Amino acid sequence: MTFFLVTSIVKILVVFTAIMVGVALLTLAERRICAFMQDRLGPNRVGPQGLLQPAADGLKNLVKEETLPAESDKILFMLAPAISFVPALLTFAVIPFASPLPTRWGDVEMVVANLPVGFLYILAFGSLGVYGIVLAGWSSNNKYSLLGGLRASAQMISYEIALGMSTVAVLLLAGNVTLTEVVAKQSQSLLTWNVFPLSLAYFIFLVAAFAETNRLPFDLPEAEGELIAGYHTEYSAMKFSMFYIAEYANMVTASALMATLFFGGYDIPFTHWDNVPPWTPLKTALTLGAFGLKTGFFLFLYIWVRWTLPRFRYDQLMALGWKVMLPLALLYLTVIATLIWFLHARLGWAYDTRFAVVLFGVNLLLAVPLFWVLDRGHIVSGSVTEERA
Amino acid sequence: MAIGVKVMKRPGARASYVRATLQGMLLTLQHIFRPKVTMQYPEEKSTADWAIAPRWRGTHRMLTDEQGRAKCVACGLCPQICPANCIKLVPGEDEQGNRYPLIYEIDEFRCVFCGYCQEVCPEEAIHVGVHYENSEFSRDRFVYDLERLCAQTHPVSSLWDPSDPKGE
Repeated sequence: MTFFLVTSIVKILVVFTAIMVGVALLTLAERRICAFMQDRLGPNRVGPQGLLQPAADGLKNLVKEETLPAESDKILFMLAPAISFVPALLTFAVIPFASPLPTRWGDVEMVVANLPVGFLYILAFGSLGVYGIVLAGWSSNNKYSLLGGLRASAQMISYEIALGMSTVAVLLLAGNVTLTEVVAKQSQSLLTWNVFPLSLAYFIFLVAAFAETNRLPFDLPEAEGELIAGYHTEYSAMKFSMFYIAEYANMVTASALMATLFFGGYDIPFTHWDNVPPWTPLKTALTLGAFGLKTGFFLFLYIWVRWTLPRFRYDQLMALGWKVMLPLALLYLTVIATLIWFLHARLGWAYDTRFAVVLFGVNLLLAVPLFWVLDRGHIVSGSVTEERA
Repeated sequence: MAIGVKVMKRPGARASYVRATLQGMLLTLQHIFRPKVTMQYPEEKSTADWAIAPRWRGTHRMLTDEQGRAKCVACGLCPQICPANCIKLVPGEDEQGNRYPLIYEIDEFRCVFCGYCQEVCPEEAIHVGVHYENSEFSRDRFVYDLERLCAQTHPVSSLWDPSDPKGE
């Protein structure tokens, strides 16, 4: 019991610190990568290569004036940043980030809380984050903030469904909702990483995750051109900073989730020794590195997409969510469930590389017509008109 | 569409979303590795392809003769022509009858840096200079007196010459 308490507290502190430092560095990475993409240098003055820039930003935000709009709902206005900030951090608690670390008193699992219902926990807390945004928009008593909040709620609800549906496929394959089990199931070989047998689910998850984190091309709640800054127009100083941290913490969690659900979690590709006992500190460090690399790549993808794509129009966003992503996820789920039933129950195959390769082939067959149709843009309404001869 | 959104007349057959997206992603990725155009200002004030123009009209400078006296003869043309009325000139005369400025002050805040003073000066005394870093900690430091104008060392502007419009 003492062991559990002590390790849990240590893990909480370490993970919390790591995420906050990661978020700080991510704000810098975002600005520098964006600058590079625009052939600029970006902030490189504070510290070596601008590494201390987040510290300077943080200090600035701490000493700035806190504004409180006269007609706002004071309590909710103060509460909203915290409500969006806390779930963003909480979600990370169930993500396993390395193989267990052996200590003198027993193995320490490298996950803050190895919940049996890990995945449901993520869905639950992931959808909680929208409250902060909606409440911020509403309590500001500002038309544009309210519009931003409303957009956020509509968008999050729309894409939450596709997100959930796409991950059901993962759970079907893993046969478990515990994330450590999901990772263990994927670590047989490179091809059993869920991204191969469930490529389309990954595609849906990726799109939905961008929408869930309110990142471009789905940043309609902010949409600075239309809504000034959306839900956080009226916020200043540290309260504004909290929204910012929440956005980046959400990105970290979503990236970690992508790595965990579809890219084998902390599994090092092409090797087996990293997933089996006896555990050693070296294994923990290496798997942590692998997990960090995967997460880092998805974080880069977030930034990369943000500085490439323009924002969706609101009706296009809704059309994509309800008319494309949701039916696609449902249809795909049916196909995958049938296939898994067929391979598993009829042919009696256990989940291994052969199983994954067959599923991957089916995914490729499905992907060709899907991307052909998506590419021609006949789905997202209003973007094209029928041609009249 | 439920709401009145303006629909662009765009042919559907030629529309491309996935390909266009991937092309855009590739483009931005390539740009990460391209040479950067940023000039690191305080350390780097000019680069191979950019330097401040010789015709730049910046901080004023009063030229001096061999004895170190200002070339100005207090003719009064520069305050006369100055559109911003930023030159204050009080003329004086010595025993030989030579005119010289008792007070010559330029308010750099009022100045619009048109360069007319340099243009009109018959003695080639007052000039606008190729210089822009003239920040100060207090407002009164921006009124340059004669001594300070003479002490400036930066190159003077080669104003636009109508007979050589391209500066060749």
